[in-house]
Amino acid sequence: MSRRILILGGGTGGTLLANRLRRTCGRDTRITVVDRDDEHIYQPGLLFVPFGLAEPASIVRSRRAQLRDGVEFTLGEVDRVDLAQNAVHLLDGTLLHYDVLVIATGAVLAPEETEGMLGEGWGSVVHTFYSLEGASALREALERFDCGRLVVNLIDMPIKCPVAPLEFCFLADWQLRERGVRDNVQVTFVTPLDGAFTKPVASAKLDALLGEKGIAVESEFATGRIDGAVRRIESWDGRQLEFDLLVAIPVHGGPAYVQRSEGLGNPLGFIPADRHTLRSRAAANVFVIGDAADVPTSKAGSVTHFEGEIVAENVQRFLDGEELSGCYDGHANCFIETGFQRALLIDFDYDTEPLPGRFPEPHIGPLPLLEQSRLNHLAKLAFQPLYWSVLLPGYGIPGVSSHFHPPAGAPARTGAGAGAGAAP
Amino acid sequence: MSTVTLAGTPVEVDGEGFMLDATRWNEQIAAEIAAANGISELTDRHWQVVNFMRKSYLESGSAPSIRSLGKTSGVPIRELYELFPKGPAKLAAKIGGIPKPRGCI
Repeated sequence: MSRRILILGGGTGGTLLANRLRRTCGRDTRITVVDRDDEHIYQPGLLFVPFGLAEPASIVRSRRAQLRDGVEFTLGEVDRVDLAQNAVHLLDGTLLHYDVLVIATGAVLAPEETEGMLGEGWGSVVHTFYSLEGASALREALERFDCGRLVVNLIDMPIKCPVAPLEFCFLADWQLRERGVRDNVQVTFVTPLDGAFTKPVASAKLDALLGEKGIAVESEFATGRIDGAVRRIESWDGRQLEFDLLVAIPVHGGPAYVQRSEGLGNPLGFIPADRHTLRSRAAANVFVIGDAADVPTSKAGSVTHFEGEIVAENVQRFLDGEELSGCYDGHANCFIETGFQRALLIDFDYDTEPLPGRFPEPHIGPLPLLEQSRLNHLAKLAFQPLYWSVLLPGYGIPGVSSHFHPPAGAPARTGAGAGAGAAP
Repeated sequence: MSTVTLAGTPVEVDGEGFMLDATRWNEQIAAEIAAANGISELTDRHWQVVNFMRKSYLESGSAPSIRSLGKTSGVPIRELYELFPKGPAKLAAKIGGIPKPRGCI
């Protein structure tokens, strides 16, 4: 019996899942990936573009070329998902039926949701690095910037890669020092959170690091309005901050089709899903992977990668009429560039916050957790080729489990000797 | 974590005063938490937000962010800040007897 798996989105999650499923499903299963364009961006690279540390062209490849033989690729924009009919309508009128649907359309930037962001000054004194065009424009602005107030503003959570705004601050500090103009620039990180990060131990560590580098933090600042004409941001509760160059991270939401699809998403356009099986709450044959999901973990590539193993298993089980058994634990890890060719590494899950220790093997490492090191920086650089050659094809990174606490029988690994549930 | 007495009822709260068990909550408790946080009277508009927060939390297991509140509660963000100065989502959650919104990660 012929079956069809339809995957919306050919980014990190859609690609690695399609490739994984192609290896495990028989030829009677059609696998189709739909995307509106054929440009796959290596998103971690966006952080480096404004500093001239990555060229825009070097972080973009064809989406289609990342898919195994036997995976169909359809170019088209989704109009809506019809859950009752198990079908997806594209804007060009195409109708695609599915047995299983996987939502992998990620998060989109919604700068228009913040009053004034796209007004006067957008692209000249108001920038973002969360898009390729934005990161490229910011590079030119930073090259000319040698005195004044640089404000980095996280408007609201959730955002992709929640540590990236901090990394931007660290890299800006580094570059300004290298250029000998750091003393003429005030760098301020503005966040609606009550500290640098959402998890207490890591937040304290990162707050201290910001302090060491002379980066001011304006916390619990919920930006309500950006005024590029007078170079000022205003919070909803009436505070004001002036800037000369603003690097704003726009709020994120789901793509527009989610709102046009009855019963699929939440008010922000993300897809509520079971946090362990990653099955959507909308329908039994709809799964979610990556940034599109409304589950309580980071919107990050590592999360998407770890989820891939679980979603692939559950899709297969669903098609075989078996009970879902794949269980995702919220495992996430991120390298945090801190400048001067060093980086921090954090590793956590739904229940365990990032703690000091060693990764991937406890006590052995070789990578230190929550400590700056050159090795972490090198590991982050080494990751880019692995992204294309190992991660997108749907393989695991050797030595790195999808589970924070690997299942019984697998070698134990946790970051620390202390903390909830750490290995004895 | 500690136990405090609110409106005559002993309830467990976290270090910031958020109730740990939403089922122990009642309207008198809400009024008492509100008063302790500078809101002397809970108006209909306050209740609209507090009840919406509780309903969302009890249905989905998490409290909505300010942005979702602005989109779905029927009260625009600017007014939310007038009703619940400083942090509307946090304060409304505290008054509504539900855990501190996790923000996101």
